[in-house]
Amino acid sequence: MINVNRYRCGYCGACVSVCPTCAIELVETWIEVTDDCTECGACVSVCPIGAIEVPQ
Amino acid sequence: MITKTDKYDVIVVGAGPAGSIAAKTAAARGCNVLMVEKRQEIGDPVRCAEGVAKPQLKEHIQPDERWIAAEVKGSRIYAPDGTCVELSEDVSGAEVGYTIERKLFDRALAREAALAGAEIHVKTRATGVILEGGYVKGITATHLGEKFEVRANIVIGADGVESKVGRWAGIDTTLQPADLETGAQFLMADIDVNPDYCEFHLGNTIAPSGYLWVFPKGNRSANVGLAISGEVCGQGKRPIDMLRDFIEERYPNGKIIEIVVGGVPASGPLEEMVTDGLMLVGDAAHQSDPLTGGGIVNAMDAGKLAGEVATQAISEGNVSKARLKEYETTWKSRHGKRLKRSLSVKNHFVPMTDSELNKIVHSVDGVDLSKMSLFEMLGTLIRKNPKMLFSLRKLFI
Repeated sequence: MINVNRYRCGYCGACVSVCPTCAIELVETWIEVTDDCTECGACVSVCPIGAIEVPQ
Repeated sequence: MITKTDKYDVIVVGAGPAGSIAAKTAAARGCNVLMVEKRQEIGDPVRCAEGVAKPQLKEHIQPDERWIAAEVKGSRIYAPDGTCVELSEDVSGAEVGYTIERKLFDRALAREAALAGAEIHVKTRATGVILEGGYVKGITATHLGEKFEVRANIVIGADGVESKVGRWAGIDTTLQPADLETGAQFLMADIDVNPDYCEFHLGNTIAPSGYLWVFPKGNRSANVGLAISGEVCGQGKRPIDMLRDFIEERYPNGKIIEIVVGGVPASGPLEEMVTDGLMLVGDAAHQSDPLTGGGIVNAMDAGKLAGEVATQAISEGNVSKARLKEYETTWKSRHGKRLKRSLSVKNHFVPMTDSELNKIVHSVDGVDLSKMSLFEMLGTLIRKNPKMLFSLRKLFI
């Protein structure tokens, strides 16, 4: 599952819009990720602030 | 119970410009309307460059100095080498644009929806739709951690770039990274900025596959931001880092009083914006302009049309996809062609090198573009650069 650095995240929702499995939710000021995450990395590539990473 | 009743004519999910106009329109026509907003504050945080064209805005709301930060009379477009062309200077009273305060603007629109009779709940997040016999019949939601269900004849999804309402009901609104413009913006104070012009800076160093903007906000302040393709973003620097590079060079002594980040759909509108019992409006339907990223007036227009069609459909007792299609068809007849053209232009300009971009801007150096619209200017560019822009000819000439 992806790691979201909540101290870096600007809670904009860009990651949610590209998630092919609907695994990400922008709640209010934080991101929640479900087990549906396939670690495809689409969210990592669009994050404007570099707050998401796929664990190595 | 969190809401006044458990059944409404219309539920609107999301209280941005599209949602509030939809709620206002339906409520003013006699519908029992519920609008929910997941944030605790409508209008905040901002995810927008806040530029909007005057005439289209005025079709929906009377401009109010409380949410107008600045009024500009033209645009300046800068090539990668710094050459500048000027567009649409207000010489004859023609209007160009406002920079608005979205925090106040969105609230003003929500207040209008409230005054029209819509019930509004903030800090209330939709978590799913109720589906029965293929029809959307309401939503599941949560407020302060408490779950509840509420039903409606029609749900309007105005839930923004991160929209889920469509996906829950079987409309795939997932964007490819290449179809998302991802950006960062600083609201800067105490900077030397020309209050009369919006600036657009092009170039593969400054903002590859996108552009950087400076939108004046009055009192030596401006929204300084940039957006790039989501595909390019993953391969190198992030928008926030590119923006810091630009600021260091251009406004070393400016102060950053707000950081804004966000994604804008740049795919062109959804093929299907409706299904049985559901309509999508605004960024949720990818209605933003793929070239400029502008989406406010397209969204407001969608909200109005959706509110009107919803009211009629409910009074006829037919909320089928076929009936709700009227909204989509009318919206597309007004905006579809222009957005298609924007997409073509974007696809053409994105792969250009800096030297090609320089050449294009140089070709109109000395030409008076100041009274032209964006598309008249593009037409001129094509005539001046027939080889480089050949494939765009049929769109403009």
